[in-house]
Amino acid sequence: MRVIVDQNKCVASGQCVLAAGAVFDQHEEDGTVLLLNASPPHELHDAVRRAAALCPARAISIRTSARALDT
Amino acid sequence: MATAPASTVPEYPMARAAGCPFDPPQALRTLAPVSRIRLWDGSTPWLITRHADTRALLADPRVSADARREGYPHTSAAGRARRTRGSTFINMDDPDHARLRRMVTGTFTIRRVDALRPSIQRIVDERIDALLAGPRPVDLVQAFALPVPSLVICHLLGVPYADHDFFQCRARVLVSRDETVERASAAQDELTGYLDGIIADKLAEPADDLLSKLAGEHVATGELSRRDAALMAMLLVIAGHETTANMIALGTLALLEHPDQLTALRDTDDPALIAGAVEELLRYLTITHSGRRRVALQDIEIDGQTIHAGDGIVLAGDAANRDEDAFSDADRLDVHRDAGGHLAFGFGVHACLGQPLARAELQIVYSTLYRRIPGLRLAAPLEQIPFKHDSNVYGVYELPVTF
Ligand code: HEM
Ligand code: SF4
Repeated sequence: MRVIVDQNKCVASGQCVLAAGAVFDQHEEDGTVLLLNASPPHELHDAVRRAAALCPARAISIRTSARALDT
Repeated sequence: MATAPASTVPEYPMARAAGCPFDPPQALRTLAPVSRIRLWDGSTPWLITRHADTRALLADPRVSADARREGYPHTSAAGRARRTRGSTFINMDDPDHARLRRMVTGTFTIRRVDALRPSIQRIVDERIDALLAGPRPVDLVQAFALPVPSLVICHLLGVPYADHDFFQCRARVLVSRDETVERASAAQDELTGYLDGIIADKLAEPADDLLSKLAGEHVATGELSRRDAALMAMLLVIAGHETTANMIALGTLALLEHPDQLTALRDTDDPALIAGAVEELLRYLTITHSGRRRVALQDIEIDGQTIHAGDGIVLAGDAANRDEDAFSDADRLDVHRDAGGHLAFGFGVHACLGQPLARAELQIVYSTLYRRIPGLRLAAPLEQIPFKHDSNVYGVYELPVTF
């Protein structure tokens, strides 16, 4: 799984941090999203999917690779 | 905007069914998912009632929140006058919206709000101490539900709480559905005038609060006018008060009427269950019951209908949060359910800025109040509780309780 965030779209709602705090944080200054881990381990995938679904600004996208080991 | 024949278009807002104060109006459910409604001024915007459609449209850049545009579905004549006189970012589109919103987002991050939790807990505890020591029955709205968020937002913004009668009274006028244009305009002028004075003080003598930051970093640099800063402060005062206060009082009433749910919440130490209960109460009650208001910038096809450019759109979040396709057994209050994805804080770029703060306040209140006052109960029959049917934010005017 590859996680991509779009800081320009982000409205600093913090939903991603609540859903997956190991993967997302917020910039101190303006609260926009800060990606901590662009290829999170398998056990965090559900939480990341939840973060992407809850993000009100649709600023989080997920790419799942065809290679089984990477997904 | 195109108008439909008068006889077939239902009036909006609709009345809730007698005896069902927590449920959205029954009539909302009988409408097609995308249908016309008639507003106070005779205009006939679209009403959206489904969860998926509401999410899609609120995130759609072809949909504008700009209240000065022709076709924007205003809540009342007073709302129209006020929103066209002074705009805040809640009624702007990007990039202006994003530029202004980002001036204040740093204060509402999860980390900053978590750091406020001890202060919020202290405020809640002190208010409960006062309740326990005071006379009973007591009105929970005045003695608790309103002071808690009011103290918190004053602390955060740097507004003296001693002036609370002044700004609470204006805030109430500004969220009312049926105020006159004169009264609403006067309330807005008085409130922005007052906040402008505070911003002037912060420019001269900055403190560690949001208005000092706004003044020092954005007004002093000429990036933001004093008037726009005062309007932004007004938005924060109103949004920070009325909503959370109503959630505290109406949430307490809903729990008292669902004793099994109250017990489940009272008997837990599990932060995840408490947080989940807050989300469920937000979903179930959806106090912003007047719909998100928008206007289409381009033609939009949805559910076999065409919303034309210039058409008004009202997105009924209260109906969307009871959509069976999104939440099973949606009419049941169930603190154990996963209410994630509810639309009580809106969706899209205007999603509630204060949601981390509101969550922290509600988690602390709901996990403290019923534990410290286990015998809390209504001191009047439900039929006598005055509900805010006439306000843009739902709740109760008074909640007489005893213990
Ligand atoms: C339980 C409490 C709350 C509820 C239910 C609530 C609900 C909402 C909703 C539905 C919106 C979206 C408006 C729209 O799309 O047209 C919104 C926006 C907003 N809320 Fe809240 N709110 C709450 C608490 C707060 C608090 C505590 C603050 C703090 C200051 C706040 C500040 C704002 C602001 C500034 C906006 C405008 C955001 C924008 O346009 O970008 N809210 N709120
Ligand atoms: S959930 Fe979306 S909008 Fe909110 S902070 Fe994360 S990326 Fe930004």
